[in-house]
Amino acid sequence: MDATGIAHEKTKIQVRGLEFFYNNQRSLNAIDIDIPEKRITAIIGPSGCGKSTLLRVFNRIYSMYPKQEARGEVLLNGENILAPGYSMNRLRSHVGMVFQKPVPFPMSIYDNIAYAVRHHEKLSRREMNDRVEQALRGGALWDEVKDKLNQSAQSLSGGQQQRLCIARTIALRPQVLLLDEPTSALDPISTGRIEQLITELKTQYTVIIVTHNMQQAARVSDNTAFMFMGELIEYGKTDQIFTTPKMKQTEDYITGRFG
Amino acid sequence: MNTHERLYRKRALKNAVAMFFSCGATAFGLLWLAWILLTTLINGFQALNLRLFTQMTPPPGTEGGLANAFYGSALMSGIALLIGTPIGLMAGIWLAEFARHSRLGTTVRFINDILLSAPSIVLGLFIYTGVILPLNLLTNHQVGFSAIAGALALALLVIPVVVRTTDEMLQLQPSTMREAALALGVPQWKLTLQIVLRAAKAGVVTGILLALARITGETAPLLFTAFGNQFWSSNLLKPIASVPVVIFQYAMSPFDDWHALAWAGALVLTLFVLVLSLTSRLILLRNRSH
Amino acid sequence: MNDTVHPLVMTTHAGDTAGDRRATRDQRHDLWFKRSMFGAAMLVLVLLGAIAASTLWGGGLAFKTFGWSFITSTEWDAVNNHFGAVVPIYGTLVTSFLALLIAVPVSFGIAIFLTEVAPPWLKMPVASAIELLAGIPSIIYGMWGLFVFGPFMAEHLSPLINDYLGALPFVGSLFQGPPLGIGMLTAGIVLAVMIMPFITSVMHEVFRSVPTPLKESAYALGSTTWEVVWDIVLPYTRSAVVGGIFLGLGRALGETMAVTFVLGNAQQFSASLLMPSSSIASVIANEFSEAYTDLHRSALIALGFLLFVVTFVVLALARLMLMRLSRKEGL
Repeated sequence: MDATGIAHEKTKIQVRGLEFFYNNQRSLNAIDIDIPEKRITAIIGPSGCGKSTLLRVFNRIYSMYPKQEARGEVLLNGENILAPGYSMNRLRSHVGMVFQKPVPFPMSIYDNIAYAVRHHEKLSRREMNDRVEQALRGGALWDEVKDKLNQSAQSLSGGQQQRLCIARTIALRPQVLLLDEPTSALDPISTGRIEQLITELKTQYTVIIVTHNMQQAARVSDNTAFMFMGELIEYGKTDQIFTTPKMKQTEDYITGRFG
Repeated sequence: MNTHERLYRKRALKNAVAMFFSCGATAFGLLWLAWILLTTLINGFQALNLRLFTQMTPPPGTEGGLANAFYGSALMSGIALLIGTPIGLMAGIWLAEFARHSRLGTTVRFINDILLSAPSIVLGLFIYTGVILPLNLLTNHQVGFSAIAGALALALLVIPVVVRTTDEMLQLQPSTMREAALALGVPQWKLTLQIVLRAAKAGVVTGILLALARITGETAPLLFTAFGNQFWSSNLLKPIASVPVVIFQYAMSPFDDWHALAWAGALVLTLFVLVLSLTSRLILLRNRSH
Repeated sequence: MNDTVHPLVMTTHAGDTAGDRRATRDQRHDLWFKRSMFGAAMLVLVLLGAIAASTLWGGGLAFKTFGWSFITSTEWDAVNNHFGAVVPIYGTLVTSFLALLIAVPVSFGIAIFLTEVAPPWLKMPVASAIELLAGIPSIIYGMWGLFVFGPFMAEHLSPLINDYLGALPFVGSLFQGPPLGIGMLTAGIVLAVMIMPFITSVMHEVFRSVPTPLKESAYALGSTTWEVVWDIVLPYTRSAVVGGIFLGLGRALGETMAVTFVLGNAQQFSASLLMPSSSIASVIANEFSEAYTDLHRSALIALGFLLFVVTFVVLALARLMLMRLSRKEGL
C-alpha cells in the first residue's frame, strides 16, 4: 500500500502479497506495506487482528513452530527474506526483536549482552567490554548497572529487564528493531522511560512497534498501520491516521467504538 | 422436627462421619509412619557406631561393619547416575524441545511412565539375560555377577526419573526465552543447553537427587546382578557388596549380631534418603524465591 | 540520555561470508543435536521392548517344557525340576488386592483431608510426612514387617482372627491358621502401608486439579464438605482416581522386598490368609542366585515375564485413565 506522505521516504522493508497460515487457516490476507527506514512505524488494531503475526514475519521467528507458514514476498534491503535460501542467521543479525515480557537469560547482566555477540563475532575482552557498554548506554541502562555488571540479570526490576532486552538486541547492531508490545507488562514509569528510549532509537534503527495502546502509538510513532481481521485497513502518517482517518473502521477503532 | 430439619440433620450427620473418617485415616496413616520410623531409629541407633563405616561385613559371631557395602553401593550408584543421567537428560530434552505435542512424544512419555513404575526385579532379570549371560559367554565364564551389571540395573531405574523431571522442568520455561535467543541468531542446540537447561537447573538437579534416592534402597535388581561380596572390592567385573543386599541377607539370617548390623544399615539408608529429599525440597524452595 | 553515547556504527552486511559459514555450521550442529536427543528418546522405547523380549526369551525353556501347566500346577519343585507357578501367582494377587483393599480407603480419606478438611497450616506438614513415607526404601518396610509387625500380628491379631473369623461358615477357611505372624495377611498389610503414600499423592494431586470455582459454587449453595467431595470432586476426577488405584496396584504387584520378608516363601498352596505363601517377586528374589539348573532359572525368568506383562497392562491402563483427566483440563 503506497500511503500518503510515506511514498518519498527511503524504504527499508517492502511487503508484497504476504499471507500467513496457522495450521492451514489463513490469518494474514494479502498484506502490502512499505516500512520506511529510520522511522518508527506502529502497528495497531484490536486483539487477534494479526499485528503480532505480521511483526513476527519480519524475523521469521514463527519458523520454529511447525504448523505456521508465510507466503509472499518480504524484501529487506531488496532481498526476499521468505526465500528458502535466505540465511536465518543473517536475518536475525539484521533484525532484532524485543518481546512483551522481559526475558533475561539466567546469567549476569554482562553475559546477557555478550552472549549472542560471542556467537556471531570474535571480540577481544576489551572490545567486548566496549560493546557491552555501548549497548547498555544505547538501552539507557548503563548508569544504573555499570557497577554491578556481574550480578544476575534477574535481580533487575521489570523495567530494567526490558531495557536490558533492548540493549541485548542492539548489541548485535541490527538494522531493524521489532518491538512486540514492549511496555504492556510494565508499570507507567518504566513505560515512560522506554517510550523515551524508543524515540531516541530511531536515529539509528528502523523501528516497528506493535501496540494495543493507541495513545502510545500516537506518542511515539511517525507512521501508523491499522489492521483488522488479518488485513491492513489503513496506513499513513501517524498524525493523519489519528486526526483524519480515511477508513470508517480506522475511525471506529480510534474513537473506541470497538476494542 | 419438620422434614426440613430432619433432612438437614441427616446431611450434617453424613458429613460429620465423613470428616471423622478422613481425619481418622490421616491419623492412621501417620501412625504407621511414626511406628516404622521409630523402630528403625531405635533399633538402628543401638548398632550405630564408627565400626559400621570402617570394618567389613563379618561372618556371624565376629564384630564388623558395613564398609565394603557402603562403598559398593556408592560405587554402583555413582556409575548408575553417570550412565543414566545423560541419557535421561537427552531424552527429556527431546521430549520438551522437539516433541511437546507429537504422537511419538506422547508414546515415549507413556512408555517412560510405565518403566518408571515397572517391577525392579524384572529389570534385574533383564540385565542378567542381556548383560551377564553374554559377558559370561564372551569371557569364557570369567565374568558373571559383577558390579558393572548392578550399576547398569540401577541406571535403568535412574533413566525414567530423569526423563520425566527434565521434560517437566524444561516445559515450565517460558517459550519467550527460547524465542528471544533465536531472535538473536543463537542456534537451537546452544540455547537449549546454555539457556533453557540452565534456567531449569534447580528442577533438573532435583530430578537427579530423586533418582539417587530411588536407587539407594533398591535391593531386588542387585540380587543377581551385583550379587554380593564379603570383602572389599572395587573391581567392576567382580561381584560387589551393597547395603540393601547385605541387609536382606543379614535380616533373614538367624544371627542376632547380623540383625543388629542390618538395622544399622537400614537406619543409615533411611537417613540418607531423608537428607536427599530435604535437600531437593530446599533447592526448589530457594529457586522459587528468586 | 547521555551526551556521551557513541552511536553504534552500522556494519555493512553485503557479502557476509563469515556469517553465512557460521549459519551453515549452526544448521549442521542443530541437526546433529536433534538427532542425538532423538536417539536417547528412542532408547527408552527400545529398553521396554528389550526387557519384554529378553524375559520372554529367558523363560522360553520353561514355557516350552511345561506349557499351560506352568500356570495351573501348584508343584514348585526345584529338586525334581518341575515348576508350576500357581502358588506365587496366587500369593502375588492376594497380597496385592488385600493391600489395595486397605490402602485405597485410607488414601482416599487422607486425600480428602489434605484438600478439603485440613487448615492451611496443617496441609504442608501432613503432605510432607506422607511424601516421606513414599520415599522410605521398601526394604525398611520389609525389616519392620519381619521384626516388629510380624511378631505383633503373631501375638495379638492372628489368634483373634483365627478364633473369631476362622469360625465363620464358608469364609472361615480363609482365616484359619497358626499364629505365625508371617503370611499373606501380614504381607498384605505391610504392602498396604507401602503403597498408601503413592495412591494418596496421586489422589491428592487429582483432587487439587478440580477447578476451585466449581467447588466454591457448590459450597455457596450450602453443600456440606462431604457433599462437595461426593457430588463434585469425585465425578470430575473419577477416571483419574481409578487410574491412581491402578498405579498403586501396579506397584504392589511388582514389589519385592516389602513382601519377601514377611510372606514366608512357602511352596505349598494354602488358601488361608494367615498361612505363608510366596509371590512371584519373592520367589525370584529367594531362589535366583541359587538356581543351578537351566530349567529352574528359566522358570524364574518366565515368572518374571508374566509379572512384567501383568504390571505393564495394569500400569498402561492407569496411565490412560490419568490422561483422561489431563485432557479434561485442556492440557
